[in-house]
Amino acid sequence: MKQKRITEILSEIAGKPINIGTDESLFDSGLLDSFGLTDLITKLEKEYDISVPDGDLNPRKFDTIDRITEYVEART
Amino acid sequence: MAFLRGFGKYLPERVVDNVEMGALLGAEPDWIREMSGIETRRFAREDESVASMAVAAGVDALARSGVAASELGLILVSSGSGERRFPGPASEVQFRLGAPQAVAMDVPMASAGALFAMAMASEWAPRVGKVLVVAAEKMSVPVMTEPREKGTAMLFGDGAGACVVDRDQGFARMVDFELGTDGSAAGELKLDFGSPVHMNGRMVIMHAARKVPAAIATLLGRRGVAPADVRVFLMHQANANLLAKIAQTVGVDVSKFYSNIARYGNTSSASMLIAASEWDGGWDGPVVFAAFGAGFQWGAMMVEGA
Repeated sequence: MKQKRITEILSEIAGKPINIGTDESLFDSGLLDSFGLTDLITKLEKEYDISVPDGDLNPRKFDTIDRITEYVEART
Repeated sequence: MAFLRGFGKYLPERVVDNVEMGALLGAEPDWIREMSGIETRRFAREDESVASMAVAAGVDALARSGVAASELGLILVSSGSGERRFPGPASEVQFRLGAPQAVAMDVPMASAGALFAMAMASEWAPRVGKVLVVAAEKMSVPVMTEPREKGTAMLFGDGAGACVVDRDQGFARMVDFELGTDGSAAGELKLDFGSPVHMNGRMVIMHAARKVPAAIATLLGRRGVAPADVRVFLMHQANANLLAKIAQTVGVDVSKFYSNIARYGNTSSASMLIAASEWDGGWDGPVVFAAFGAGFQWGAMMVEGA
């Protein structure tokens, strides 16, 4: 359920459908850049009422749909 | 706290456009402009140094302030691209300005160095009277060192900015500042001697896009000022897209963030004072300075028309 919504959020940020595997890099695929990543974290915080601390501001934690989903699930 | 008396700047003559930079880096000129908003930057001559550019900017700031070098009690020089391990450029700047009575100190900090030096100056001015803050960078040498990272090298230019801070008088009062450091990210943006600049761009932008607006919000909240009531944001000119993102997060139109990055590129710690020296839209009301850079170091400072 969360993964579906996260994919929708990613699609809103990328401005196009997300047609890659859930374990593929969003950066390498060109779907997410540095500024999109910032938008993603802000949207995740609002959507799931979580706060991403400075120590978690690492692109590797948000590089794939699987990692984003794991991150959100661990905090909700 | 203290007052701002005047700003100054120095930009080397040589203009390097994106066609020349693209050829040096193997990058398309249009790509450079789209990724950074930069169209030209300045490169210093071989015989120009961090100290020589700092002196030129310092002389300009002193002249615009109507202050003589002999009146200075302290000179602070920020730079992340000094040519030597020691001494830093501050002592040479003191000598070449003709200010033997002034204590000179280096602030070896890229990007946010000018902001931190201004914060220090605001605290020192009540003790020493007049403080000259200078930020000077010769980034063209490290960024053109092999192996070049084109996404990093395309950003930087050379230049210097300066500011005279006075205990007793000026056109704007330094009201408050909010600074931060996150040493866990020290390896994400760094310059080792003899090496090119290393920058994890995603980390830098991710942190800058959150930490700078947070510092501005904390500062303005503490002073009871709404972002919309700030006359202008004079920020370190890192990247035009980053300025736009920070303006969006702060909740103001990007036109409130003065920008000259298209002309000069990212001159690291010098950029904020160069921007301030060019700002001619008035100083009545709150004005916010802000910066983010290696360390990570970041922060914001508020001044108000005196």
